[in-house]
Amino acid sequence: MQTLLYLTATETDGSLGQPALEALGAAASLAAALPETTLLAGLVGAQVQPAANQIASCGAKRFLAVTGTDFAASRYASDAAAAAALIQASGAMLVVAPGTARWLRCLPGVAARVGGRADTHLTALEVVNGQVHAHRWYYRQRMEGVFTRAQRPWLLLVDPGSQPAWSGLPGQAVLEPLAVTLPDHARRTTVTGIREPAADAQTIRPDAKLLFVAGAGWTKKQADGQTHVPEAERLIRDFLRLSRASLGSSKSLVDLGGEGQAVLSFLSHLNQIGQTGATPRHPKGLATCCHGEEPHTVGWRFINERRAISLDPNCGWARGKADVLYVADAFRVMDRVNALLAGEANV
Amino acid sequence: MPYQIVVCGSLVPDPLQTLEPVQGPAGPALKNEMMLPAWLDPWAGHALYEAAHLARQQPGSQVTLVSLGPKAKLQQVMMTVAQKVPFAWVALDGAAGGFTDPAETAAALAEAISALPGLNPAQLLVFGGWESATRGAGVTLQTVAERLGIPDVFLGVDELKVLPDGALEVLERIEAGRHLISRCAGPPAVLGWATGNLPEPKNNPQIGMANMRGVLPALQKARPVQIGAAGVTFASVTLPKQLRQTRTVKDASPDQIAAELIAWFKS
Repeated sequence: MQTLLYLTATETDGSLGQPALEALGAAASLAAALPETTLLAGLVGAQVQPAANQIASCGAKRFLAVTGTDFAASRYASDAAAAAALIQASGAMLVVAPGTARWLRCLPGVAARVGGRADTHLTALEVVNGQVHAHRWYYRQRMEGVFTRAQRPWLLLVDPGSQPAWSGLPGQAVLEPLAVTLPDHARRTTVTGIREPAADAQTIRPDAKLLFVAGAGWTKKQADGQTHVPEAERLIRDFLRLSRASLGSSKSLVDLGGEGQAVLSFLSHLNQIGQTGATPRHPKGLATCCHGEEPHTVGWRFINERRAISLDPNCGWARGKADVLYVADAFRVMDRVNALLAGEANV
Repeated sequence: MPYQIVVCGSLVPDPLQTLEPVQGPAGPALKNEMMLPAWLDPWAGHALYEAAHLARQQPGSQVTLVSLGPKAKLQQVMMTVAQKVPFAWVALDGAAGGFTDPAETAAALAEAISALPGLNPAQLLVFGGWESATRGAGVTLQTVAERLGIPDVFLGVDELKVLPDGALEVLERIEAGRHLISRCAGPPAVLGWATGNLPEPKNNPQIGMANMRGVLPALQKARPVQIGAAGVTFASVTLPKQLRQTRTVKDASPDQIAAELIAWFKS
């Protein structure tokens, strides 16, 4: 008999968000596929009863909890103390958690603390001959590995967006609270806030159906020999407003800002896709004014349908990286796209 | 306040190279791995530039780069990196590929950091990239922190400010393009950097000459370390079959393309 602990933190309202439910789906499936395995839930947060009730029918035999104001915010020291206590109290040899920023920071350290190992960015979990096999990508999404591990406890962090979310009926779960007393050194850090763009200026939208990528070509000289950065800004902003797409960029475009060149004012490194940027998950992606070279397109690994607009018919997108390449002037195309979208919005 | 800033940074294959997995005697590896040109790991590079920037702002601070990688490749990478910013260098001679276990890497790095002469936890900031471009795991720095007994860890850092009272204000990336703002009482702390806000420094031959006086002796003293992936068994490592049959549309008008795109958005 072995124990699999589903470990997560709650949202500020005490509920579980989408990444947590996806990890629960993976944990429940894994527990069901492994012989003689008991699923337990471990919850961390200021209040966790709503979360426990939300997943009361998930099959967990016990709902362990570390609660209180000390555990509300995402802080390494308190999160690590809570997670370590839950793992030790559960006696779990397998731990499944969502790969959120909070747990990605904390659980690798916890693995060291409890004498185990953590593996992150897992995109699938399966049972082969009674053993857990994990899937993840290496070299920035260039190759996929499938592996198993002997060390225990084994902490498995599941990438958000890679699994179907658990769904089931809510109920009334009985919590088993654990007392975790933080030492003074665990309170050296305090979370003071969150910085985010104003709602209408937020260009990173993880739930968007479309990723729109702007490349450095938007800031280069156009056919008339002049740059048209303000026009590029207007076209892109209008498109994002009308389409509700998420904005990505190539590294070269973001880097122009650091080199003192004219750039799109609303872009930051947070928008960067590729080798040194993000690898977002969206059903569709449209690249504009971007060469589609490998360091950038590795960030498109999880974009299913891909189209690109480029003046270069021999760019990287033409070499099997996009489904459709439009050899055209993105300024003119996006102007027409915006006109059509605006027309539809006014109907 | 002067800081002892230790940057953990290793090397990665040039991202423009074609990478192909092969089965080696100890598990998966890259085809012709030792022949591939190498670079400083990009996020570790950002950490190094941020460390140098902080050291310039805080007189008396020192930057030490601790690198684990095959000795010959480290030498190649240092020829460029040494021209960027001033630092002392500690080299460890061992595997740095993507299929090694970060826990083993962390153990070697923590041991090397512990052995630095004059190490003072009250001044210690351990920097590194939040993930490598090889494993991409984001596990090493937290494991180093646990081994060194450092209670404060930040990951995906884009900004670090020293406040007037000596506390540190740290901005970390979280979901949906947001940053978490934390206030840490001060060193010791571990910070895994994302891109930060600094451009890559231009090569400076004078810095390069000064650094190289320490680089070659450090290379000679590089301690061999055994880094593998004990306990891990790979069932497969494969390249994705992702080449698409690209349809190239050359002679369509902007109106035609726009209409096709709108239909695609809605499909």
